[in-house]
Amino acid sequence: MAKTLFDKVWDAHVVTEIPGGNQVLYIDRHLIHEVTSPQAFNGLRRRGLPLLRKDRIVATADHNVPTIDQHLPIREPLGAKQVQMLTDNCKEFDVDLYGLGHPYQGIVHVIGPELGITRPGVTMVCGDSHTSTHGAFGAVAFGIGTSQVEQVMATQCLLLTKPKKMRINVEGDLARGVTAKDLILYVISQLGTGGGTGYFVEYAGSAVRALSMEGRMTVCNMSIEMGARGGLIAPDQTTFDYLAGREFSPRGQDWEAAVAYWKTLTTDADAHFDVEHTYRAEDITPMVTYGTNPGMGMGVKESIPVSSDIHGDASIQKAMKYMDLEAGKPLEQMPIDYVFIGSCTNSRIEDLRAVVGLIGDRKVADSVTAIVVPGSQQVSKQAIAEGLDKKLIAAGFQFREAGCSACLGMNEDKVPAGKYCVSTSNRNFEGRQGPGARTILASPLTAAAAAITGRVTDVRELLIEHV
Amino acid sequence: MTPFKKLTSSAVPLPIEDVDTDQIIPARFLKAVTRDGFGENLFRDWRFDKDNQPKEDFVLNNPTYTGQILVAGANFGCGSSREHAAWAIGDFGFRVVVSSYFADIFSGNALNNGILPLVVSPTLLDEVFRTIEADPAAKFTVDLEAQTFKNETTGTVSTFNIDSYKKTCLINGYDDIDYLLSQSDLIEKFERERKDFSLT
Ligand code: SF4
Repeated sequence: MAKTLFDKVWDAHVVTEIPGGNQVLYIDRHLIHEVTSPQAFNGLRRRGLPLLRKDRIVATADHNVPTIDQHLPIREPLGAKQVQMLTDNCKEFDVDLYGLGHPYQGIVHVIGPELGITRPGVTMVCGDSHTSTHGAFGAVAFGIGTSQVEQVMATQCLLLTKPKKMRINVEGDLARGVTAKDLILYVISQLGTGGGTGYFVEYAGSAVRALSMEGRMTVCNMSIEMGARGGLIAPDQTTFDYLAGREFSPRGQDWEAAVAYWKTLTTDADAHFDVEHTYRAEDITPMVTYGTNPGMGMGVKESIPVSSDIHGDASIQKAMKYMDLEAGKPLEQMPIDYVFIGSCTNSRIEDLRAVVGLIGDRKVADSVTAIVVPGSQQVSKQAIAEGLDKKLIAAGFQFREAGCSACLGMNEDKVPAGKYCVSTSNRNFEGRQGPGARTILASPLTAAAAAITGRVTDVRELLIEHV
Repeated sequence: MTPFKKLTSSAVPLPIEDVDTDQIIPARFLKAVTRDGFGENLFRDWRFDKDNQPKEDFVLNNPTYTGQILVAGANFGCGSSREHAAWAIGDFGFRVVVSSYFADIFSGNALNNGILPLVVSPTLLDEVFRTIEADPAAKFTVDLEAQTFKNETTGTVSTFNIDSYKKTCLINGYDDIDYLLSQSDLIEKFERERKDFSLT
C-alpha cells in the first residue's frame, strides 16, 4: 500500500498494537531538559525502575539558564536548584549531559540537529512541544508530557494513537525579504491555532524544498502553533549535506548505508492524506502577529481584522485589550520597545547572518532594547568566529550567551509589562515574555528592521534602500 | 492515580477559546521539582493582578461558581506541552474539563493525571454555558462507565467518546507505564529484530 513519509517512519517503530487501536511506539531518541524532567526522574526512583537505554537519551540545560555570566553560579535560587537537580539526576542515572559550560550546551532543539543527533527516519521525543523542529530532517518528532518522559525513560516506548495525516504544499518562490518564518506564520494565520489538532503535517511543495535546513527547522518548529502533533519534511540532498560530518553523524560505510536508507523516506506518489492544503508562495509577504496567539498574524502592510471566522470575534476583542491595539488599524509604523532575536525558532547561525546582513552600517534606534541570544554554544562560537558578535554589538544589540531566554520568560530575560517586543520566537500568548508583555512575532529580518527604525517595519523597504 | 468513575457536580464556566497552557500555569511557576502545589498558581495572571490581589471579575475568584467540572471554550490547553497545566487543574480540585475540543498534548497529559477531558459538540457546549449562566449551582453528571454526560437541569443526556484503553486506565487508576512495562518482552524482541537499527 502506498505510504506517506510519516507512515513509513511511524509504522517502522510500532512494537505492537493493543485492542482499542493504541500502538506501542518505539522511541529512538529522547532529549531532556531541566524543567520537565525532575518529576520523571522522581517517578523512576519511586517505582524503583532503572533508565532502560542510556545511549538513547541526551540532556541539556536551556530554559532556566541565565544568558549573562554563565560561568557564575545561577543567582535565582529555584532555577539554580532545577539545573542542579538535572546535573544530579544525570549523574545518578548516567545520562550524557551538555550542561552549562559544556561546548555543546544550548536550546535542546538547536543542539539535536547541529550535533547530528537528529536524523531522518528516527522517532524523537522531548518534554517540550517544539520537538516538532526535528521533523525538518524527516524524523517523526513530537513533544510529550512529563508522565510520558518517565515512560520513555523506563520503557523506551510510548502508548499512542496514530495521528491523522495532513499535507501542506507551498508552491512557487518566496519573494526577497520573505523567509521561512513568514511562510509558517502565514500558514498558521490561514489555519488558526487549532487547525492542525489531531494531525501530523508533512510540508511539501517547491517553496519548502527550496528552504535551507535552518528554514525547514523554523517551519517544522511552529507546527505545534496550529495544534499539530508534529511536522516533517522529506529528507533530500540539502538534509544530507547539512548532516555530513556532524559530531554524531554516521561516517564512512555507515554514512553511505544511512543515505541510501534516507533516500527511501519520501511520500509515495499515490499515498493518502486525510487533509491537504495548498498555498502560493507569491501570496506571502513579511508577516507580523497582532494578537495573543500565533494564528493572529497578517502581512505587515495589512490592517488588524475587525472580525474573524477562525479566531472568533470575542477572542480578537480580548486580544486587542491585552495588546492595547485597535482592530481595523495597521501595525506598520507603530513604535516598539524591545527586539528579541533568539529561541528554537530563529537562533541559528543563518538567522544571525541574516540579521547582520540587513543591518549593514545601521544602528539600533535609541528607543529600542535589542538582544540577540544564540541558540547554542556552537552557534555562538561560530558567530564570534565570523565576527557577527562585534557587528551586532557595534550596531547597538546585546549579544548574549545561549539559552531560551526571553522566549518564555523563565529566567531574568523578560519584557516589562505593557512594552511591545518584536520577537523571533514562536508564541505571543499573554504574559509569555513576562507578565503583561506584548509580543509581536516576526522573522529575524523583520525584527532587525524594527530594531533599526524603532517601529514595525516592512523589511522589503530597507532591503531596497540597502542595494 | 486516583480512579475516576462517576461524578455529579456544579461547574465553573470559562467561555474563552484557545486557552493556552501559559495561561493555565505561567512559565515562572515551572521551577518546582515535584508535582505538588500547582493549584495555587492555576490561571495565576488571570486570577491575580501584579500586586497579587485577586481580580474580582475572574470566575475562579467568584464564590458563586464552584465544583469539580471546568467548562471551557474550544481548543483548550493549546501551546506548551507542560504537564504542570494538568497538575495545576487537578491540584485546584477539577476532575473533568468539558470543551468542544482539546489540544492533543494537553488531552494526553490530563488523562495521565486522572483528569477527564470530555469532548462535547459546540451546540451542547453552548447549552452548558447557558445553563450555568442561568443557575450557577446547576449540576452535571459525568458517568465514565456509561460514557454519558447529563445536564441535570435540562435533562439532556449526551454520550462522549473515550478510547477504551484510556477508559480502563481512568476507572482503575492505572497509568501507561504499568502497561508498557508488561510489554517489555515485546519491546526487547523489537530491539533485537529491528533491521535498520544501526541506521537510526
Ligand atoms: S526557545 Fe522557547 S519554545 Fe524553544 S524550547 Fe526554549 S522555551 Fe521552548
